Amino acid sequence: MSYRLGVDVGGTFTDVLLVDEDSGATWRAKTASTPADQAVGVLTGIGKVCADAGIDMSEVAQVLHGTTVATNAILEGKGATVGLVTTKGFRQVLQIARSFVPGGLAGWIIWPKPEPLADLENTVEADERIASDGSVVRPLDEDDVRRQLQALAGRGVQALAVSLINSFADPAHEQRIAAIAAEVLPGVPVSLSSDVLPELREYERTLTTVANGYVQPQVARYVQHLSEGLASGGVTGELSILRSDGGLQSADAAVAAPVTMLLSGPAGGVTGAVWVAEQCGHRDLITFDMGGTSTDVALVRDLDPRIGRETKVGDLSVRASSVDVRTVGAGGGSIAHVPELTRALRVGPQSAGADPGPAAYGKGGVEPTVTDANVVLGYLPSSLAGGEITLDVEASRAAVSKVAEAMGLDSPEAAAAGIVDIVNENMLGGLRLVSVQQGFDPRDFALVAFGGAGPLHANALGKLTGAWPVIIPPGPGLLCALGDATTSRRDESARTVLRRFGQLSGAELAQILRELADEAGERLAAQGLAREQQTVGFQVDVRYHGQGFEIPVEVDPAWLDDGDGALTKLGEAFDAEHDRLFSFLLGVDHELVNARATVTGPRPDVAPVRLEEGDGDPAAALVTEHPVHVAGEQVTAAVYARDRLRAGDVVRGPAIVTEMDSTTLVLPGHVAEVHPSGSLLITPAQEG
Amino acid sequence: MAWIVETATGAVERVDVDPVTLDLIENGLRNARYEMDEVLFRTALSPGIREQHDEFPLIGDPSGKMVVGQFGLSIPDFLEGFDDTVEEGDVLLTSDPYACGAAISHANDWLLVLPVFHEGRVVGWASMFGHMSDVGGKTPSSMPTDARTIYEEGVVIPPFKLYRRGELNEDALRIILNQVRMPDWNRADLNGLVAACRTAARRVVEMCQRFGTATYLSALDALLQRNHDAMKVLLQMVFEEGRTLSFTDYICDDGVGNGPYELKLSLTRTGEKVHLDFTGSSPQAAGPINYYINENLTRMFFGIYMITVADPQILWNDGFYPLIDVTIPDGSYWKPKHPAALNGRNHGIGRVFDLFGGLLGQTNPALLNAAGFSSSPHFMYSGHYSGGERKGEWFQLYSIGFGGIPGRPLGDGPDGHSLWPSFVNIPCEYLESYYPLRIETWETVPDTGGAGLHRGGNGVDVAYVFEEPGEIAIHDDRWLTYPWGVNGGHPGARGRKWIDRADGTREVLPSKCHGVPVAPGDVLHFVTWGGGGWGDPLERDPELVAREVRRGLVTSRGAERYGVCVTEDGEVDAEATTTLRDQMRADRPAELPVFDMGPPVEELLARCEEETGLPAPRRPVWTSA
Repeated sequence: MSYRLGVDVGGTFTDVLLVDEDSGATWRAKTASTPADQAVGVLTGIGKVCADAGIDMSEVAQVLHGTTVATNAILEGKGATVGLVTTKGFRQVLQIARSFVPGGLAGWIIWPKPEPLADLENTVEADERIASDGSVVRPLDEDDVRRQLQALAGRGVQALAVSLINSFADPAHEQRIAAIAAEVLPGVPVSLSSDVLPELREYERTLTTVANGYVQPQVARYVQHLSEGLASGGVTGELSILRSDGGLQSADAAVAAPVTMLLSGPAGGVTGAVWVAEQCGHRDLITFDMGGTSTDVALVRDLDPRIGRETKVGDLSVRASSVDVRTVGAGGGSIAHVPELTRALRVGPQSAGADPGPAAYGKGGVEPTVTDANVVLGYLPSSLAGGEITLDVEASRAAVSKVAEAMGLDSPEAAAAGIVDIVNENMLGGLRLVSVQQGFDPRDFALVAFGGAGPLHANALGKLTGAWPVIIPPGPGLLCALGDATTSRRDESARTVLRRFGQLSGAELAQILRELADEAGERLAAQGLAREQQTVGFQVDVRYHGQGFEIPVEVDPAWLDDGDGALTKLGEAFDAEHDRLFSFLLGVDHELVNARATVTGPRPDVAPVRLEEGDGDPAAALVTEHPVHVAGEQVTAAVYARDRLRAGDVVRGPAIVTEMDSTTLVLPGHVAEVHPSGSLLITPAQEG
Repeated sequence: MAWIVETATGAVERVDVDPVTLDLIENGLRNARYEMDEVLFRTALSPGIREQHDEFPLIGDPSGKMVVGQFGLSIPDFLEGFDDTVEEGDVLLTSDPYACGAAISHANDWLLVLPVFHEGRVVGWASMFGHMSDVGGKTPSSMPTDARTIYEEGVVIPPFKLYRRGELNEDALRIILNQVRMPDWNRADLNGLVAACRTAARRVVEMCQRFGTATYLSALDALLQRNHDAMKVLLQMVFEEGRTLSFTDYICDDGVGNGPYELKLSLTRTGEKVHLDFTGSSPQAAGPINYYINENLTRMFFGIYMITVADPQILWNDGFYPLIDVTIPDGSYWKPKHPAALNGRNHGIGRVFDLFGGLLGQTNPALLNAAGFSSSPHFMYSGHYSGGERKGEWFQLYSIGFGGIPGRPLGDGPDGHSLWPSFVNIPCEYLESYYPLRIETWETVPDTGGAGLHRGGNGVDVAYVFEEPGEIAIHDDRWLTYPWGVNGGHPGARGRKWIDRADGTREVLPSKCHGVPVAPGDVLHFVTWGGGGWGDPLERDPELVAREVRRGLVTSRGAERYGVCVTEDGEVDAEATTTLRDQMRADRPAELPVFDMGPPVEELLARCEEETGLPAPRRPVWTSA
């Protein structure tokens, strides 16, 4: 018998999912998160789920974990004090950044000046210089570096980042500084930009390297503590951490390069959504994860999430591969307001957060939120989260009435409908970012909705995008843990190779890519995944010579055996993608910018759940009826208990399906069919 | 006057639009406008657009009023001067400011205008212009600093149909691209501009399909009305009836020895209308710094300033234009007579930020920022590789410099940033990979930001080491007059440029020059100016001042401007600080001036050569025509 454990630690709940790899049977547990020591909550959950399954904790072979510890370190500004070493003349690289001021023409008036992640007081210069071709312009002054680092030693620096100009072309000086730092600053972890991100563009590389150092001590502590906690609790299985790109890595690898796991949390949701959609027979999907303050969306083609080269956490944007998750700053807690001057209805970006939360929560919130609008419209039953939160309908009405008044609308329902429409429109903007703006038609995709508020808004977004079916996974709150448990091991190596195709041969390209594959492959082998179990994928970033943006293109490994034919095929693939995105081609030479090899392990074989077959009639699950407002009219919605629905049952809208951690709204004119794997599939009802 | 050919007949009736649909359409338009940027940035080849995002999109209503956009280029003025039909599938192009009522303001900007048709009628316009890094003419990048007519500034394209009913006019394009140094750049950028406009057109048509044409068009009216109504209230609130406010700022010189140019703007509210008047400004310049400004653009600028603070999420548009009257004297700096040279108008266009800030801030404290980095100074370097793999190959760099954002009511001004939206610097590693140069230093210069309770941002020193013989050109300003401070804040430092030659000599360069030869080993220091300070520097937290000394953003000498004494190890000397601050308070007038412009112009001119190493310019005078 072999068991896998998916563990997702969220702000409020820790979700644990135990999978019997042989039978596919699963057991779930949801326990309160324990922010002071997250291992406590995790162990409680594991204990609970093992007890349910009747197994001993020592029988768990693998613990697979998505965590927001790195993300939170950045969002809460509680990372390490980072010392930074730059090339002489570039000490202010983070201060100057890209000179960019966000917003419109007068945006600079209202833009707060951000503080760099590494303080200028802790930034020193190395007297050295390497040219863009890797040649040494000025050798490294080692004595001077030693002095500079000694100065940092007295300043309480907890991590060191080294980012020298053109180090992507030759890492020798950075490596030498790391060696000196080991003597001068013993025990201080060192991040080298040539390791973390060997790519051109000094600001992005420096920032990414500093971010790596910034979260590293906290991640190291967390992983060590969790490992020890698991071991002392009797869990002997190996701990793996989810990367931002949706793959798994060993705990050691995560500690070495924590910048790769900044989006570990959201990546778990996307991989979970992929698994769920596959069970329902859908390989192309858009994920829609709507929480309290923000909403994450991502696009998946043929079960492969689109991987972006940028990872955004709050205001920080670093260059690290991650599932291309776009965040819209609106969720259930977003506050609706009406500026006096323009009398327009705005929703967000301010959020009521968890405290005081929406007015409906009765914790002192008086501002009208999206959740309050849903309450006023009758979409949310009177209690949430298994009865832990009781909703105060009158408080919601009072809050939403303020909006009605300011806009001159005649009822709170009209204002509530407006709030829901606006927030849906904001979500649509996010969904368009990952679909139409990338040249994909959302109508070719299914929409997988999860997160606390996703299933409530999903049907409406299906209508707006035409993405059908809308899939509501079973236990939408557990999706991340499911993703953790069902994804595969992964690593990648990348390098900047700035070369026009005219200056490059197919053989050189093949050699570069194979070297990168070896690097990543060896690292995974060191984590216990034999080379013959690995699958290698190649990707390169290409542009027309002179363009400022690259387009990632997949390289078919077979091309690499075809000599210069590889470049021809690559050029054609790039042209096709450029044409798809922008509808034109240029006659100038192609240029290779970055090359990457991605190595993945086999996907774990987890058998899906099968619901008991029903007769198509959900009557047995009917709980009650509830008045709801849709399109300006009051209609009666049937309310069903999700855990009593059977495979094949068809729920006709208007209807509400409730479960412990989520509520699904099925609009009039739509039906939700219960798939044998447990998901609800919402589609427009057939006429007649 | 353009004649628009529509196959549909009759007018579209206006319908009531519920407030939520209105906000949905507002949102849809906003998304479409950002999508335009995205398409262009990702496909452009010339550094001006690709890296620095020097481009401006617009979506208009059927009459050409801007309903969403970044900058008020004027479609009505363009159509007024376009003597042809406009049909479905047409894409119009021009680069002639004099033929489109200054919808664009120099010949480097290529302006595209595309009618959006749905069911046989025009439902809107998509338009965009982008700065081409080279449009021919006598200097690389087409901005000769000594030009006296537009004929010296490269190819000037009259309004014509680049596409006629969907078909590209290949001959015309070939003739145009034959005039420029980097035709691949122009072709790619032009393709990107067309693709962006077509994307916008597609989004507009989709909205017509989703909401119905009548609803869509009615919503545009309502959005325009929303701006109108909001502005009407704002104007009453902010400006006293009948009181005239005035503000004057300067352009230091015109590239051919004249200056400084006075830029004067006055404002008077009478009833519900405001009158903006440029009377009192200097005459047009002999050199190429004239900023031919469109009336609508003036309104737009004014509106942005007024509305950004009141409702930052608003989609600002042309709706409030009827509330604003604009007077621009003929033959002035703002409305030069054809064929006056226009290429270096980037200083004027930037100085408008300061001008409006100084004008409107007098009655609206939230808008009273100090003077900032109100330009987009250019640096150009070009030549042929003298050896190696690329021997004989032409290289041409065009880049924009950044400086100090001013001290603001909100807080300090960022160091070395851009006042312009979406502009970004070109990374050092990118420059070194593509051009024969190395960057020795790229840092902000301590103390260049004006002292204040909120410090002005520092200017930047970028030191370029040249590796191939070639020539450089520079377009900058604020080398003579100061970026002023407000509410007791001090002015920021002025910009400077010099070359340290490989032989050890130093050569001071004027802020506007071209054709300056450089050789391998020469080092150009391109030092931009700092932002002015905001508020009383003696009120700034001494600990913060000391921290900035330790950070290298302020020197310990510079800390004394804040009345702060810092010890050798960078800590506050509390006692000395108290003494110094008391002394400074005693030595200054009780009432601090709202504006600190630095010394008067006469004094600046008298000390010009001594302070800057450059001869004083001649003050321009109006002569009767």
